[in-house]
Amino acid sequence: MSRSIQKREKVIEMALKVSALISILTTIGIILVLTVQTVSFFKEVSIFDFFTDTEWTPLFAQKHFGILPLITGTLLVAVVAIAFALPVGLSIAIYLNEYASTNARKIIKPALELLAAVPTVVYGFFALTIVTPALQTFIPGMASFNALSAGLVMGIMIIPFISSLSEDALHAVPHSLREAAYGMGSTKFQTAFKVIVPAASSGILVSIILAISRAIGETMIVAIAAGQQPRLTLSPLVPIETITAYIVQVSLGDVPHGSLEYNTIFAAGITLFAFTFLLNYISFRLKKKYQEKYE
Amino acid sequence: MISNKTKDKLFQYWALSCTVLGLVLLSIFIGNILLDGLHRIDWNFLTALPSRRAEKAGIYTAMLGTVWILVLTAMIAFPLGVATAIFLEEYGGQSRLSKLLEINISNLAGVPSVIYGLLGLEVFARALKLGPSLLTGSITLSLLVLPIVIVSTREAIKAVPGSLREASYALGATQWQTIWNQVLPASYGGILTGVILALSRAVGEAAPLIVVGALAYVPFAPTTPMDEFTVLPIQIFNWVSRPQHSFSINASAAIIILLLITFLMNGIAVYMRNKWQNKLKIKS
Repeated sequence: MSRSIQKREKVIEMALKVSALISILTTIGIILVLTVQTVSFFKEVSIFDFFTDTEWTPLFAQKHFGILPLITGTLLVAVVAIAFALPVGLSIAIYLNEYASTNARKIIKPALELLAAVPTVVYGFFALTIVTPALQTFIPGMASFNALSAGLVMGIMIIPFISSLSEDALHAVPHSLREAAYGMGSTKFQTAFKVIVPAASSGILVSIILAISRAIGETMIVAIAAGQQPRLTLSPLVPIETITAYIVQVSLGDVPHGSLEYNTIFAAGITLFAFTFLLNYISFRLKKKYQEKYE
Repeated sequence: MISNKTKDKLFQYWALSCTVLGLVLLSIFIGNILLDGLHRIDWNFLTALPSRRAEKAGIYTAMLGTVWILVLTAMIAFPLGVATAIFLEEYGGQSRLSKLLEINISNLAGVPSVIYGLLGLEVFARALKLGPSLLTGSITLSLLVLPIVIVSTREAIKAVPGSLREASYALGATQWQTIWNQVLPASYGGILTGVILALSRAVGEAAPLIVVGALAYVPFAPTTPMDEFTVLPIQIFNWVSRPQHSFSINASAAIIILLLITFLMNGIAVYMRNKWQNKLKIKS
């Protein structure tokens, strides 16, 4: 082999390696940006207040910097979304894996993917202009901006997420278990719920955790339909604000760079990042564990 | 006491209704949007500049912004993502670097899109002084969709039969010649599918671009990557946030256009995936 070809091979390999390293630089960049700005935020605000104050009003004259209302708002919407999407998504996964014919699966799966393909601004518009008015006819006291419709619509978006990940988990259960259950005279329903779902439980758990992580990071649905009023409440019927919606709210305003108000979005951002990172890490470990189990 | 047979049937009905529930709701939503917005779409709506009067406002600048973002994001994310995937599949092996890369990519896939916006704002818009430009926006979105491109490219490369590689090596080809002349042509269908899906995700994103500083009101069409911009999702968000009904109609009309673009891209991706998978089946 000529030397020039060898040299070219080396150069190409290096170039590919450098491209691959960009993804690591991205992670470093994210952590660095969030930490640097958050450090300058905590030079002016005490960490204790940040975690214990029950009000979040950095844009008002009377400033409070308690992240709790944003966290409860974020979790409230996520809980509604998961409470709706989990039973539906899991049922779909069981149906596709245990009942549906191959042809039906071929049509249903891409159709469900369509739900995840709809841009989130569009879902936000649905929540605000269709779901909220519809719910208001049943729940008279409901505000125009609320966690319930935002959460429900987010749930619709998350359905394909849960159904496809859970289906993968159900699919990974060895066929012998299923056959053994049938051999004992079980119906498909008994097989699914007494054998397959328990055997796939850690995989299903992974799908739930990833869905929660997805829900708390979702931005436009809540920015449009859940309101912009940080409020420490468990009621899904009143306006609240999530971490993501707050970041968008500040970005749309005229907050000067480097000011304390500007730095709040990084403090809020690092809180969000910590939550999603933790959830992703747990799901990553779980996945490793259950993959080993069946290999 | 309900018999086991009945329970089985009941669950089947329940699960079937779950399966269609999401799609039925989506159809109702889209039906509503069509009723509201379809009559608003005309040549003027597509070519008019934004305006404070709802009846005169159009989506010209937002459409052009979306097209610019689409092209630039493709130009950045495609080579980067494919290169990373090739490195991981063909060169990385079981080294510590590739394990680290793998964990890192799966973690990046779970980072919320607003966080990418914060990265773009501080690093590209401010530190590198690119400002709230198309370039800043598309670099940010490229990093956001990079995991999608990488994962789908890896799957496509993995699906290429080993015999193809061995035959190429046996004829004296180098590793890169094998990748360039055999592996990539055999997997381009899968790679392209992933890239299209990634771009359809990018087209619908608003949050990271808002954080980066993209404006809702841009009264001119961008002509270079350094220009300020808006995109369809931001224009929609802006119209949705206004209380007047006439703006809500504009939002519906713009949503129809946006959905048309995303569904078209997804349709192409699904079609290509099926075609490519069938081709693989015939081969193996």
